[in-house]
Amino acid sequence: MAGYLLRRLVQSVLILLGVTLVTFFLLYVLPADPVRQIAGRSATAETVESIRRQLGLDQPFWVQYGRYLWNLLHLDLGRSYLQRSEVAELIRARLPPTLLLMAGAILCELVLGLTMGIVAALRPGTATDNGLMIASFVGVSAPQFVVGLLLLYLFGVRLHWLPISGYGTFAHLVLPSLTLGILGAGWYSRMMRSSMVEVLRQDFIRTARAKGLTRRRVILRHALPNAILPIVAMIGIDIGVFMGGIVVVESVFGWPGIGQLAWQAIQRVDIPIIMGVTIVSAVAIVLGNLLADLVAPFIDPRIRLR
Amino acid sequence: MPPGGQFLLGTDLLGRDLLTRILYGARTSLVIGVVANGIALLIGTLVGVTAGYFRGWLGSILMRFTDLMMAFPALLLAIALAAIFSPSLWIVALVIALVNWVQVARVLYTETTSLAERDFVQAERAIGAGTGRILGLHILPHLLPTIIVYGTLGISTTVLLEATLSFLGIGVQPPQPSWGNIIFENQTYFQAAPWLVFFPGVAILLLALAFNLVGDALRDVLDPTQRGRG
Repeated sequence: MAGYLLRRLVQSVLILLGVTLVTFFLLYVLPADPVRQIAGRSATAETVESIRRQLGLDQPFWVQYGRYLWNLLHLDLGRSYLQRSEVAELIRARLPPTLLLMAGAILCELVLGLTMGIVAALRPGTATDNGLMIASFVGVSAPQFVVGLLLLYLFGVRLHWLPISGYGTFAHLVLPSLTLGILGAGWYSRMMRSSMVEVLRQDFIRTARAKGLTRRRVILRHALPNAILPIVAMIGIDIGVFMGGIVVVESVFGWPGIGQLAWQAIQRVDIPIIMGVTIVSAVAIVLGNLLADLVAPFIDPRIRLR
Repeated sequence: MPPGGQFLLGTDLLGRDLLTRILYGARTSLVIGVVANGIALLIGTLVGVTAGYFRGWLGSILMRFTDLMMAFPALLLAIALAAIFSPSLWIVALVIALVNWVQVARVLYTETTSLAERDFVQAERAIGAGTGRILGLHILPHLLPTIIVYGTLGISTTVLLEATLSFLGIGVQPPQPSWGNIIFENQTYFQAAPWLVFFPGVAILLLALAFNLVGDALRDVLDPTQRGRG
């Protein structure tokens, strides 16, 4: 266990190192020149040169990258080119709204997805089952920005039940979480259905039924706990999926999180912020995957860590 | 103008017929869907099969690189790349391909490693068949069902990604219509004219849904062990 954990941690660090290298390289070779963005259109060639020197952008690639890594070791993500503040500080300020949004989305996914999956699995082959599975396919196939805009229109503009955009109260959280969660709900309901169908076929369920337990008791006490666990372990992997979705959802709903920060930075070629957000996302994804792998053997002892 | 009468789905702010725009947008979405996904399949197959068949240091390097790509926030990467390069149809397709090949590579890697150990491949090697012959005649045909399934499912992922990029204004550029950029152009007015968002949105949904359903059905047909599972 300790050996496995150590190896996985070393692996994770190497992967993250690779992510920084690839991102840094991509942003280094990109055709858009950040210095021009900072200096503005009317700047003279001298101003442009002096800014470039000031930011150390006239140095060769490896020097720049080395310096970046060295700062990163000290948890320093550098300064934003345009906002004149620390990137780490900017990200930290935007983190709570994004985490809140993700928590809301995970809740939506689980409640919607698991309910649909369980109901479908208990009536396999019926119209209910087919209807629910088609609904889950629709959830998986729907583009998030369309879902967002439609929910916005229906509940915000037409019914006036919920606020259109903004941040602060619980009411603000509902639509963005739902939008972000619908995709996952589609996947979860399909996985939950197949997991439940699989469990219901097992011998111990037949035994439980043969003992004369009620259907409710067999399902709630014997089938459900076994079927649900492998799916809960998947939550870690969701984090990677969310990291993309938040850019869209936060821009549709004006949610002041990391996605919006990243999107603004990309439009302005504010490289330190793009780097910072990519690294933070990669850390989240790697940790999420690690967590999913570590939890798996506790849930299903047949899985051994190798 | 709202839907009805002469213009079935209404017109946009410039008075262009929405139905016509959506029909032409289908061309963009499908071209990108097929091209981007084709490139992604090609890269994925090449990486997965090479790593799975040859293993060793080459395989290690390829698979570690794949792991690395898995850790990238895919959409974020695509957005950054698309925003930075001047967006055109082909750039968008290439960006999507660069993001989407990873999963194909991983699945094919696993399948190839197990195929390479199977007796019929070992036997072929024992009678002196060349690498090209083994790969072309014995490994690839067995991978074909997986490639077909992922090829079909991948089109829906690609179409969604293209629509998302265009919606953010960094995909296919107007005036060339794409379902995503029709929504992008009209989202400011969508409270007054919701149909301008609704109909292209439904088009994207239907296309993605269609390829998902076909892909899923193909998986059932091509891989009998998966039949009846979710």
